[in-house]
Amino acid sequence: MSRLDTPLWITGAALLALLWVAPFLYAVWTAIHPSAYEAHFTLTAPLTWANFVTAWHAAPFARYFLNTFLLVTGITAAQFVLCTLAAYGFARFRFPGAGILFALVLLQLLVMPDILIVENYQTIRALNLVDTLGAVALPYVASGFGIFLIRQTFMTVPHELDDAARIEGAGPLKILWRVYVPLARPTYIAYGLVSVSYHWNNFLWPLIVTNSVTTRPVTVGLSVFATTDSGVEWSVINAATLMTSAPLLIAFLLFQRQFVQSFMRAGIK
Amino acid sequence: MTRRKDWIWGWLLIAPALVFIFLFTHYPAVMTIGESFWSTPRGGRPSRFVGLHNYERLIHDPTFWQVLGNNVLYAVVTIPASIVLAMVMAVLVNRPFRGRALARMAFFTPTILPLIAVANIWVFFYLPGFGLIDQILGLFGIGQTNLLGSTATALPAVMVVSVWKEAGFFMIFYLAALQAIPPQLVEAARIEGAGRWTIFRRITFPLLMPTTLFVSINAVINAFRLVDHIFILTGGGPDNASSLLLFYIYETSFRYWDTAYGATLTVVLLALLCLLAIGQFFLFDRKVHYR
Repeated sequence: MSRLDTPLWITGAALLALLWVAPFLYAVWTAIHPSAYEAHFTLTAPLTWANFVTAWHAAPFARYFLNTFLLVTGITAAQFVLCTLAAYGFARFRFPGAGILFALVLLQLLVMPDILIVENYQTIRALNLVDTLGAVALPYVASGFGIFLIRQTFMTVPHELDDAARIEGAGPLKILWRVYVPLARPTYIAYGLVSVSYHWNNFLWPLIVTNSVTTRPVTVGLSVFATTDSGVEWSVINAATLMTSAPLLIAFLLFQRQFVQSFMRAGIK
Repeated sequence: MTRRKDWIWGWLLIAPALVFIFLFTHYPAVMTIGESFWSTPRGGRPSRFVGLHNYERLIHDPTFWQVLGNNVLYAVVTIPASIVLAMVMAVLVNRPFRGRALARMAFFTPTILPLIAVANIWVFFYLPGFGLIDQILGLFGIGQTNLLGSTATALPAVMVVSVWKEAGFFMIFYLAALQAIPPQLVEAARIEGAGRWTIFRRITFPLLMPTTLFVSINAVINAFRLVDHIFILTGGGPDNASSLLLFYIYETSFRYWDTAYGATLTVVLLALLCLLAIGQFFLFDRKVHYR
């Protein structure tokens, strides 16, 4: 490897990286400066939190955050329970129909609820759940992806551990809880992070089934706030945008390695 | 006896999850097909069986063809672009150098942001006259543009945003795959006198093929599943120039409440996704077995 091309390599990487974060950094710049500096880049520009304060008071973001928080925790918790049970069933029990049922579960990787909005809306309406948090969550509480991921992990658990627990008189559910779940911890962390960021960011389905402040998640709240033609300043919109992404971004910065590894683990099948 | 017990346990364990999956995936998928043969109930007029009428309408609907064309173009441009960029990024940051962690973070950050937030950030870039792009062009004496507002540039402008968001996500899969390539292979090729480009083309690239298959299937699904940014950037306009299939389904079903036609459009989307998944599988199947 020639010595000369290392600086070249670094320059290339640095340029592309800079180009890539530029839009994001620009949003940060406008959000933390008075609107007069929206397009004037001077290092002496005064810093301010005012845009965040204005944004926070301009729309019920506290409520939106609460809704998103409830949704994300609710969906992830439900997914953990339902997917764990199903994964255990598929991984360690032999029963007629297992093959075809598992294939039907995997079909959800291709045909996601996200694109079946027309019919799912009618189901939600028939259940009389329109404009409730439950309506936003229900199509996602059982995930084919989660079942697949956890099942793959459960399959690698040695049968001896299973047998040992059974000899000690443990029933299937106790074995699941004592043997399988602890061994699958990295998978749960990976799946949890992927699921949390997916549902934090989800937009179209919540947009369709919610229509009031008490049910809207932050993504929908942000779009309502940003599209009202009330002449809201861009610096304020950018502050709101960053605010809604902040919890995930901060979590990402703190747990960068786990995040990247989780996305990878969840992706490599 | 134990066998019977196994059956019962198996079914009991999978039942709760399957109920929800059937209710919100399989049932709506089947119902969509059914509904596409019926008319939309309107003001006291109940839904009635209309046979293939909705499909006839589809064939003669210029908006449908435009939106379908947009979506295909969107996929054909953004998927290879993000995959190539993802590969470049992964190769760049796979080699140790100072600031590598920062570079990785820079590439990955857009992935963490909600697509709605991403669109908000970009819409300000594209703002006519005032946005950053026009400010920069102004320095070179080029006048005001309206990238999101003109039919020729609206879709490309949306594509740029999508590539920005997706490339970093795909990068991490390539990064993982690159780290799994045995260094001896590359070493051996180097001893044989192979240049860097040859090594990439003959060793690295073929070994990345399974990753490319996985990434591209994901990318195809995303190209038809994610339309959040359209709402903020262009609203599908001007004249549907930047509308995508799912966005059109949304408009038809939830703005004009023509659910039967919305269902018909969904059938097309489902069929398209299935065809693409099958096609990709066979296309790549031959190339993936390089190992």
